[in-house]
Formats: sequence, structure tokens, C-alpha cells
Amino acid sequence: MAEEMRILMRNYGKIDPLNIDDYLNAGGYKSLDKARSMSQKDLIEEVKKSGLRGRGGAGFNAGMKWNFSYSAVSDQKYVICNADEGEPGTYKDRLIMENDPQSILEGMAICGYAIGSDQGYIYCRGEYPYVVEKLNTAIQQAKEQGVLGGFNIEVRMGAGAYVCGEESALIESIEGHRGEPRFKPPFPPVIGLWGKPTIVNNVETFANIPHILEKGADWYAGIGSKSYPGTKLMTLTGDIVKRTFIEVPTDTTIRQLIFDFGGGIPEGKKFKAVQIGGTSGGFIPKSLLDTLIDFDSMAAIGATLGSGAVFVMDETRDIVDVTNRITKFFEHESCGKCSPCREGTKRMHEIVDKINNGLGSATDLDLLGRLGTVMSKACLCGLGQAAPSPVLTTLQHFRSEYTDKL
Amino acid sequence: MADYREIVSKYKNLPGGLIESYHALQKEYNYIPEEAIEVAAQVFDIPKAKAYGVASFYSYFKIGKRGKYIIRMCESAPCHVAGADQILKTLESCLGIKAGETTADSKFTLELTECVGQCQATPVITINSKPYGDLYPEKISAILSECK
Ligand SMILES: Cc1cc2nc3c(=O)[nH]c(=O)nc-3n(C[C@H](O)[C@H](O)[C@H](O)COP(=O)(O)O)c2cc1C
Ligand code: SF4
Ligand code: FES
Repeated sequence: MAEEMRILMRNYGKIDPLNIDDYLNAGGYKSLDKARSMSQKDLIEEVKKSGLRGRGGAGFNAGMKWNFSYSAVSDQKYVICNADEGEPGTYKDRLIMENDPQSILEGMAICGYAIGSDQGYIYCRGEYPYVVEKLNTAIQQAKEQGVLGGFNIEVRMGAGAYVCGEESALIESIEGHRGEPRFKPPFPPVIGLWGKPTIVNNVETFANIPHILEKGADWYAGIGSKSYPGTKLMTLTGDIVKRTFIEVPTDTTIRQLIFDFGGGIPEGKKFKAVQIGGTSGGFIPKSLLDTLIDFDSMAAIGATLGSGAVFVMDETRDIVDVTNRITKFFEHESCGKCSPCREGTKRMHEIVDKINNGLGSATDLDLLGRLGTVMSKACLCGLGQAAPSPVLTTLQHFRSEYTDKL
Repeated sequence: MADYREIVSKYKNLPGGLIESYHALQKEYNYIPEEAIEVAAQVFDIPKAKAYGVASFYSYFKIGKRGKYIIRMCESAPCHVAGADQILKTLESCLGIKAGETTADSKFTLELTECVGQCQATPVITINSKPYGDLYPEKISAILSECK
């Protein structure tokens, strides 16, 4: 049986997250010291070489991203930790923030040194006020200990807009505006917060950094899949025996996740589908369960690793009904800035709802397919581009569930 | 309405402080009073429409009165398959209101929300942001009676 591998979660249950001494005694902040003893260029090279790719969904090489901001000439640069965590089924960033907050601060400070920034922000979702308190305590303790040096970190709170997880919308929100995504390019590493070069990385991405510095890029690059190394923190929900989190190397298969780690389907029922990566992820049928969870393997089957949420559905679940619920989510969360998404999410929900209520026709299935394809190409940001994915993948793998309702 | 000005002014010099000031208002009142938005527009020296536009963009902010206890039912897919509908029905019948409404005594407001990040314990509600998970209909009345 595959084994769990705790790197990010190595301190889980072992240290008091609200006592910085525990973190320091466990070797904390040595990586920041080490980073500061290196040149910025060498540090960025080390992160690049580790192969660490963003854990927030887009999978961009972290070191390469840092290099853009490092190379940009500016009097001020910013580091933002994306803790908006709005993908339904996901709570892995909360776990890291609640159980090892200092590891995030350390990762951010290392990034700050690498790109030449003295100001960081953590943008934490408004639904986590109890996490915000813990983060503030952690920051306070780090300041008192002087471990951050000249690097300052502030927490800003989101306010219930899923789209604010998108990095340019998040930046708009920190600036005090409506959280509407910006036109890109320019990208945030060059022109971001208040027009300055800004690195936005996910909580889990930052939490990986101290470990990479401590044990070296080669060590990290050797864990899991070659093209997306390291571990991934996954959260198991839905019809699964163990609704819990696990941290596994990225060369784990979906089947291992669900049946080895998750204990399989409760009450002796059969597996029907799993949606990975949150509500914008594709639905995966039984025939594809031996896919590895790494970014590229998932993309190859038209699915995503995304946030690492694993939402399992047993044989009794009504795929069209669940998809209908998901299309309502996107209608609600569309920010309305561009029409393919504002109109598209609305129509998509309308059509799926009609089919779900037994009022659809074969033409509606064609319409859904066409609408989905247009949206995935024409929408301004990732929200609208990914919104059709659950519909398109269920039409592909579970078409009979739709036709049975016509 | 000096209170509003006092709360909002604390964030005047914070870059992007408008949203933080709304959080502070909501923490104090459980909602954002309409007049407080006008005060915010003055303090931050922005058009009223902009101050209103920001407040109304975010679903966590509520403009206009709400009850003392804000109950939010998660209806995202994992909670949906775990029986969120049943919990919602139970809440509605216990409180005698529909989602989106406030009880006559201003004690409870019932709202729907998307995932609140507690999906290890679906179905989930939050009461004034505190999560309650692994719910089943019989559990609801005991939870409500904790709200004094
Ligand atoms: C609609 C939408 C929601 C997103 N939500 C999040 C989120 O909650 N957390 C996150 O880290 N990234 C989220 N992202 C991805 C970010 O835009 C960005 O790629 C990420 O924060 C970069 O960090 P990383 O390179 O470390 O992954 C979202 C993207 C979109 C389009
Ligand atoms: S795709 Fe949707 S969420 Fe993104 S900018 Fe357009 S309307 Fe807004
Ligand atoms: S889906 Fe309901 S708490 Fe996450």
C-alpha cells in the first residue's frame, strides 16, 4: 500500500502552532537564515531547480515566477500569500495556517528576500475569522522574536467572493476595490499590487519553501512525479469512508487516494465518479482511476489537480443533479465583468436545471456542449474558463445520465 | 452617528482600508448600516456609488439589518450530497422563516452560502462564523437553543 509522506504536515499535532518557540525548536527559521546567506540569484535558482510548481491551481514554476519580480526594477515590490481558499471541498490551506502558521511566514520572508520586497500580505478568506486571529498571533510572535528581520506581514480579509482567489482580482480587493480580475498581460509579477511587481503564491506553495531550503532542491525534485515534484495535500470529501486530509507524493494514483488512503466507499456501495480540484474540476469515471494525481497527468485526461479537493460520489448519486448545483455556484460567483461568463454561467445553469427537471431535449445537450466550448475559450479569467468543465466532462463520461432525463 | 465615523476613520490611512473598515463595521453591528456606507464614502473621499458598489460586491457583507445570530447553510456540492436540503428544511421549520429572512424578534437570520472550508464534516452550517459540522436534522434544535 502507498504511504503518506508528511513534509508540510510534519509538525502537525507535534508543535503548539501558537507558540513560536516550538517552531524554532523544530528547526524553524533556519531556512530563512540560509536563504539570506545566499545571493538572490542563487536562491531563485535553487527554488527553480526544485521544480516546485504553484499549489493554487495554475501549476506555474515558483522559481521562474520569482525571477520575473526579481528582474523587474522598482522602488517597491510585494509578496502576497493567497489564502482565499474558496474552492468547494477544499480546506488544506486552513490546515496549514492553523497547524503550522510560521512555516508560511518563513516561506514568504524567503520570497521577500529573493525578489527584494519588505512587505507581505496574507489574503485570507472572510469565512475564516478564527484563522485570521491565529495568523495575527503568529505574526506578532515572529515580530517579537525578530526572526523576520525587516520583512513586514499584514493580514487582509476577503469577504465571500470566490473570484477573489484569482490573483488579479485578489490584488484589486487588497487595494479596496470590487474584486474583478484585470486584463492580462501585464501579469502581477511585473505590474501587481498598486502597480508594483508582486508575487502571488498559494499558502501551500509558500509552506514548501523552508523545506526546500533545508533539504535542498535535488531532494525535493526527487519526490513524486518528475514534472510536478513534491507532495500534495489533499482533502477527501463526499462518499468516502475517511473524510480527512492526507499528504502524498504526487506520483500517487487517484485509486490509491480513494481506496487505500480514503478507505473506499461507505456502506459497501460502488464508486461512480470523483471530482478533483474543487468545483471547477472535471468529473472522473472509474476507467481513469489509475491516473497519477500530478498536474500534467491530470491535464492529459481532461481533469485538474487544482486545489487538491477529492469529492467522491457513490453509485446512488445523481450526476445531473450535482452538476446542476455546480452550475448554480458559477452563476452566483461570476463577477459579471465579461459577457461570455456573465451570460454563459446563467444560461448554463438554466439549461442543466431544465434537463434536471425532466424538461430538456437532445438539442439542449448540443447547446450545452457548444456553450461550454465557447466559454472555455472566450472568458476573461479562469473562473469562466473552467466553469464549463464539470458540464463538459459529465457530458463526456456520464452522458446516459443526461439522456435518461430527457 | 459618530460611531460609524469613529470605526471607519481608523482605516482611513490604511492603503485599501475601505474593505477592512467594512469588516470592522460588520463585526460591530453584524451587518453594514446603510448610513455607514455614506460615512465611508466621505472618509475615504470616494463617490457614494463606489462605496456602495464595493460593499455589495462581496457576499460576506450584508447591507441592512440582520439578526443577532447569522446562520449560514453551506449548499456547495459536497454539503449538497450530504443532505444540506434536509438541514435547511429543518432550520426553516424550527425558525419559521425562509432562507434570506430574519425572525420577527431579530434573533436569527438564515442565509445560504457556498463552501465554508469545513468539508471534512459535511453538511455544515456556521453561526456567526463559527462552524457546526456533521449535522443531521435531530441535532438542529439543540444547536439553536445554545443561542441565547
Ligand atoms: C476563480 C479562481 C479562483 C482561484 N482561487 C484560488 C485560491 O483560492 N487560492 C489560490 O492559491 N489560488 C487560487 N487561484 C489561482 C490564482 O489565480 C493564482 O494562480 C495562484 O494564487 C498562484 O499561486 P501559486 O503559483 O502558488 O499556485 C484561483 C484562480 C481562479 C481563476
Ligand atoms: S470570466 Fe467571469 S469571473 Fe472572470 S472576469 Fe469574466 S465575468 Fe468575471
Ligand atoms: S462543501 Fe460545505 S463546507 Fe465545504
